[in-house]
Amino acid sequence: MDSDEDFGMSSEEDVLEDSENDNESADGTDFGIDEPEPDLGYTQKEQVKKEKKTFDTTFKVYHPDDIQAQQDDLIDEVNMILDIRKEDAAILLRHFRWNKERLIEDYMDRPRKVLEDAGLGPSTTGPPKLEVIRGFMCDICCEDEPGLQSFAMKCGHRYCADCYRQYLNQKIKEEGEAARIQCPQDGCKRILDAKSLDLLVTSELQNRYHELLTRTYVEDKEQLKWCPAPDCQNAIECGIKKKDLDRVVPTVACDCKHRFCFGCGLADHQPAPCDLVKKWLKKCADDSETANWISANTKECPKCNSTIEKNGGCNHMTCRKCKHEFCWMCMGLWSEHGTSWYNCNRFEEKSGSEARDAQAKSRVSLERYLHYYNRYANHEQSAKLDKDIFTKTEKKMISLQTASGMSWIEVQYLNSASHALQTCRQTLKWTYAFAFYLKRVNLTEMFEDNQKDLEMAVEALSEMFEKPVDELANPKLKVEIMDKTSYCNKRRVILLADTADNLANGAWEWSNGH
Amino acid sequence: MAFATKRLGKELKKLHESLPPGIELVSAEDFQDWLLDIRVLDANPLYLNQTYRLKFKFSAQYPIEPPEVVFVNTKDRPIPMHPHIYSNGIICLDLLGSQGWTPIQNVESICMSLQSMLTGNSKNERPEGDQQFVANNRRRPRDIDFYYHDNTV
Ligand SMILES: [Zn+2]
Ligand SMILES: [Zn+2]
Ligand SMILES: [Zn+2]
Ligand SMILES: [Zn+2]
Ligand SMILES: [Zn+2]
Repeated sequence: MDSDEDFGMSSEEDVLEDSENDNESADGTDFGIDEPEPDLGYTQKEQVKKEKKTFDTTFKVYHPDDIQAQQDDLIDEVNMILDIRKEDAAILLRHFRWNKERLIEDYMDRPRKVLEDAGLGPSTTGPPKLEVIRGFMCDICCEDEPGLQSFAMKCGHRYCADCYRQYLNQKIKEEGEAARIQCPQDGCKRILDAKSLDLLVTSELQNRYHELLTRTYVEDKEQLKWCPAPDCQNAIECGIKKKDLDRVVPTVACDCKHRFCFGCGLADHQPAPCDLVKKWLKKCADDSETANWISANTKECPKCNSTIEKNGGCNHMTCRKCKHEFCWMCMGLWSEHGTSWYNCNRFEEKSGSEARDAQAKSRVSLERYLHYYNRYANHEQSAKLDKDIFTKTEKKMISLQTASGMSWIEVQYLNSASHALQTCRQTLKWTYAFAFYLKRVNLTEMFEDNQKDLEMAVEALSEMFEKPVDELANPKLKVEIMDKTSYCNKRRVILLADTADNLANGAWEWSNGH
Repeated sequence: MAFATKRLGKELKKLHESLPPGIELVSAEDFQDWLLDIRVLDANPLYLNQTYRLKFKFSAQYPIEPPEVVFVNTKDRPIPMHPHIYSNGIICLDLLGSQGWTPIQNVESICMSLQSMLTGNSKNERPEGDQQFVANNRRRPRDIDFYYHDNTV
């Protein structure tokens, strides 16, 4: 096979990075997406080793401080150019969804209208205040007792202070709104400003309000997105547009280690494009009852029928009772899996004559779906099990360290292997959704070969990874695991480069999955 | 409850005094569930000579929160045919969602909006995916994220 010089014993992060490209920061790498690649001739193995990795996306990670600083810079700029107060500049910028150029242009043309529209009309009435008005009745609660405190914005629509509070509470707490809270009057477009809000609500709600205001900055910008990982406060900047999403799968990696798709926000789903993922997930949800039994964790041994439980990610099953070795996925003989007979990943289309009537056709179409779903669900499940095993292994390695004198660094190869298993299974999982919608053309075969190579490598690594701890400490197995880890990563890069290049060139043909 | 009670009390008093044409109060025993009947006022053949029953459910946060409003099916009260009304009576109307609702609206204005929603309709059809929605939906109407693709209907 190819030499290891480009990949070495690298973890997946290393593989994703590209040393040949230095006009970008280390946050992201860049190729190909902007430059159209007219040449359809592919010699896939060569391509990977050169510079082209179409599946890498350029992006930047911003931390909360960066996000605040960016807003402050914009506010300062508008404050200087238009000579208005900073608070007003902030409201105007939010009103213009942080489009500074358009704000300045519009403001130069018609300053009064711009201020009015953004809820900053002439302040003849002075700062906002609560008032008691004779004969006032609140249209929300119908209260009219004398001495009732009331509030109105510049539009003059007046409600009692208590109703205003409840209204703001609902908008901020329940609906998460801030920058565009309108007057409660039906059809009134007046936006509530921060000063009026501070007058009306508790400091707890004020804080939440200002927090939400900050969020609008990221939400208003097409090239910014929050990292969807729970508790992560970072945002990612990426130039991929919605219209690009049928040609590229923009996976980004946050500093918190979460890898997700910038296009749809779901966890990394390379090589499958966003639309396909959406369709596939919907199909799986619709058909979940039919397919549920599949992902069950127990099956019967095909030879002696005793119940076998899957307790690791590996698909190589050995029956405890009769020692029969078979593949969990296709239930076929395992001995056929290491050779050219391996076709566990490929769905064999039945010939047309076998599927003549409608019922038979729908059966075939269900079988075809289950073939792919089965493998998709299995990799998802296995990735979880591999993770469990790593947690267990980690514990054992700690005890082994003290017993055998191995250092923490020396056991890190297991960490790399676990990482490789996780990412490769994530990729493999989506190759099955990808394949489900793929029309059978010449390219398909190469795709299936790549899929098969990666899958075999992953299953082999998974099997080594499950060995008992005393065997894992063996230096020979350690080298094998390290080699297999880097081989898996390499196969993954090859598969992703191939699918991404063809996607960018529009070379794949899709079917509706029947 | 006190918050909603006062307002609903006033609304009820007004509904007893006078009601716009085509709207009738059927029952309002408490401040949680009310029933009202509505008819369309023009000669739209889709709804000719028909009366429809609406059920209002108020939360303690009413009118800050919108009420839950559905058509109910009884012996002589069918569910009106409309591309925004599901056959189980759930209505897809933006003013009943948190985005379109304002606390200035009330029971009467909702009834009138629904009257005009029927009056303006000429399509004898249910929303897309009605069968599936009716079979699968277990959520309360206010928790459903309707996509208001076409507010002109
Ligand atoms: Zn009030
Ligand atoms: Zn107003
Ligand atoms: Zn993150
Ligand atoms: Zn996506
Ligand atoms: Zn057996």
